[in-house]
Amino acid sequence: MNAVTGGAGGFLSRFEGLRDRLPGASLERVRALREAGAATLRAKGLPGRRVEEWRYTDLAPVAQAHFTEALTAVGESPALPAARAPNRIVFVDGRLAEHLSQLPPHAAPLAARLEAAQELLAEDGGLPLVGLNAMMFEDGLFLDLPEGADAGTVEVLNLAAHGERPIAFHPRHVIRLAPGAKLTIVETSTGPAGAAYLHNPVYDIRVAEGASFTHVRVQREGRAAFQLSTIRARVAAGGTYDNFTLNAGGRLVRNEIHVVLEGPKAAAHMNGAQLVADGQHADTTTFLDHAAPDCPSRQTVKTVLAGKSRGVFQGKILVRQAAQRTDGYQMNQALLLSEEAEIDAKPQLEIYADDVKCSHGATVGALDPEQLFYLRARGIPAEEARAILVQAFLTEAVEGVTDPIAQAALEEAVSGWWEREAA
Amino acid sequence: MPAVAETIETVQSVQEGGYKWGFETEIEMEFAPKGLNEDIVRFISKKKNEPQWLLDWRLKAFALWQKMEEPDWAGVSYPKIDYQDAYYYAAPVKKAGPKSLDEVDPELLKTYAKLGIPLKEQAILAGVEGAGESPADSGRMPVAVDAVFDSVSVATTFRGELAKHGIIFCSISEAVQEHPELVREYLGSVVPQGDNYFACLNSAVFTDGSFVYIPKGVRCPMELSTYFRINAKSTGQFERTLIIADAGSHVSYLEGCTAPQRDENQLHAAVVELVAMDDATIKYSTVQNWYPGDAEGKGGIYNFVTKRGACRGARSKISWTQVETGSAVTWKYPSCILLGDDSVGEFYSVAVTNNFQQADTGTKMFHIGRNTKSTIVSKGISAGRSQNTYRGLVKISPKAQGARNFTQCDSLLIGDQCGAHTVPYIENRCVTAKVEHEATTSRIAEDQLFYCRARGLNEEEAVGLIVNGFCREVLKELPMEFAVEAQKLLAISLEGSVG
Repeated sequence: MNAVTGGAGGFLSRFEGLRDRLPGASLERVRALREAGAATLRAKGLPGRRVEEWRYTDLAPVAQAHFTEALTAVGESPALPAARAPNRIVFVDGRLAEHLSQLPPHAAPLAARLEAAQELLAEDGGLPLVGLNAMMFEDGLFLDLPEGADAGTVEVLNLAAHGERPIAFHPRHVIRLAPGAKLTIVETSTGPAGAAYLHNPVYDIRVAEGASFTHVRVQREGRAAFQLSTIRARVAAGGTYDNFTLNAGGRLVRNEIHVVLEGPKAAAHMNGAQLVADGQHADTTTFLDHAAPDCPSRQTVKTVLAGKSRGVFQGKILVRQAAQRTDGYQMNQALLLSEEAEIDAKPQLEIYADDVKCSHGATVGALDPEQLFYLRARGIPAEEARAILVQAFLTEAVEGVTDPIAQAALEEAVSGWWEREAA
Repeated sequence: MPAVAETIETVQSVQEGGYKWGFETEIEMEFAPKGLNEDIVRFISKKKNEPQWLLDWRLKAFALWQKMEEPDWAGVSYPKIDYQDAYYYAAPVKKAGPKSLDEVDPELLKTYAKLGIPLKEQAILAGVEGAGESPADSGRMPVAVDAVFDSVSVATTFRGELAKHGIIFCSISEAVQEHPELVREYLGSVVPQGDNYFACLNSAVFTDGSFVYIPKGVRCPMELSTYFRINAKSTGQFERTLIIADAGSHVSYLEGCTAPQRDENQLHAAVVELVAMDDATIKYSTVQNWYPGDAEGKGGIYNFVTKRGACRGARSKISWTQVETGSAVTWKYPSCILLGDDSVGEFYSVAVTNNFQQADTGTKMFHIGRNTKSTIVSKGISAGRSQNTYRGLVKISPKAQGARNFTQCDSLLIGDQCGAHTVPYIENRCVTAKVEHEATTSRIAEDQLFYCRARGLNEEEAVGLIVNGFCREVLKELPMEFAVEAQKLLAISLEGSVG
């Protein structure tokens, strides 16, 4: 057994001990999902770089760390930043902390509502990290919006609590929008700077006919942390799933998004920005499945790299034969600020329908010296000029975010990153 | 050629029957026993009277190959190949040099005639003594041809003329005998034996191919051309081409391929190595028209080819142009290793698939030297039930300061049963490098078709015209005569894809 599978071995053996104590142990479907997840993880291990989808992201540091799942909630409450929205849901180490949250209507801790939510938990689909989550999840958000409901903007805060040992948590979030429902989630993940924890969330998202879900994620994990997240969203006719993810923290981060456009005129946006500084590795991997006709999809991902860092973008667009009149656009751009940075990009089109309009573009480059000169010639100091150009580079990806609460969260994260890393 | 005249010609040739190169020539052949083992490798080497070092080189490759696994990452699927069920050596039985065309095996002449080779060149190809010592006086630029029939090179033309310039153009078996020092220095220096499964197999059993050496400062006065044909049944063709352009030299090389129509699949696993020194330029053009299989997907060639060029010298340039219309399965990634500062790599490709054809093709550009530049233009056209994939890598090392890449991949879909895929990889570790990639996928627009139809073209002609326009950026890179042939091929390959 190689080191990578060995890394999965620790999780698997802990599952043996926890099996009957995890939530949903009496529910047949939940038990089956956990066993199937364990089987997937056992068969595949934590994916190594020989697996095509993982060729640019090496999970060896995760495999080598000795994580343990925190079996009980931390005693003391961590300090919380001021709430941005009236409804805020706070997770501590992957558990919904009701006493710290103002739950919006139709929201509940998953652990308490597993019987109702179990049908919405998707199979792991052979993805080892989803298998790991299925095997170990304890809690998460269960948000089930009824027809026509408008939940407004909900803030979600994922906190990692202080801990001596490296802990792992695997929250499972189940979000369903009935026809015509509307929801915006602005989610921030953060944790202490020095703690080497693993945050491995999985999202099961269903957007019904005409419903609209705007999902903004701001990843500001501690600099020693790992975040490996997987989102799987299914969008019905006329529905919209609009995702924006900012990767700014963590040591090794992978943000994987799978969207299936199942009905005509379903739409998806998968935009993002990655700010990667010295010692960081950020990976955005997306898979967009056009399974129905007349669906538009848009994707713009921008990566800025400083210090000795590595950024990865993999984006696959699949257009099935039924998906006639698909309109797909994908752009990924990287800006290198340092001689030690590396960017790896793999945009990918797989098209089986003929009446389609699909394009993708990718660019990689440094700051334009002429633009820098222009700004400096107008008396702007070099640092400020660089900041202005980086900001301008990010604008195209960020401008699609219109929710003011989301904008504020993004702005704070971007300027914080710039002050900390590049100045 | 005016588009209309050409279209008429195209339609005529279509009426003559889809694959006009699908004839088989009955010529007395010499075969090695079927199957693959160390003895076959020794047999081939002995047959070719090779020195010990080359036999050892082959045996090392064979030992490596036995430990390797056939790759499965490409977007192609085909039944497992039984490597023991093929002949690895087949050669037309040689007679002493004929005195005139009358003495030449008439079957061989028929083959040349079907291929459209002019009589003068036929005589030269058939080895008629005295023929081909001066350039043909047809008024156009002569082309020196090396014809490879199954496993052996049957004739190379214009050798005397080329020798005046110090250019060596011969089959690789002759080069092994006559210029062993050059072969030994460069063979496997760009594509090492263990590079990949098919290149490794080729290294063990390659039978012939072309060898070109252009000395310092020489501009090759004519196009060099190799014509490959698989003829015998159940043979694999494993040619090996090695082109060395010394400092300041320039050469343009053409490669054409056909094979007869057969029910079973045949394997073609070639290796092409190019070496360009300081200020040298190599232009390598391919029109690949191996038998693609019939409309039901039966038969056809498996074309698993490794082509790679090394720009070793400063300001050197290697340019690949390919028009891929044939083969049942194509697996081919002509690449450039840009080692020399300011060196340039280019890849221009048109890949057409129809019926049940599968093509997985593209390029790799490795930027290692400073200010290296690469351009990739790929046009994929899928029709019928075919699958067409562009797969490419642009890799920029930390030392490649000022490196520049531009990539454009366009796909055209004809019909709703086919697939067009684009898989570019970009790996950049240099802050001053600039990489740009663009890809589009679309179908032939109704308004374009309508416009052509309104001017009296039928649907098939209209598609041919539009496809030629779609591919123009690539076709204009081909040498003139090849460009005309390629345009016709495009139209023929798409026969039956509309309406």
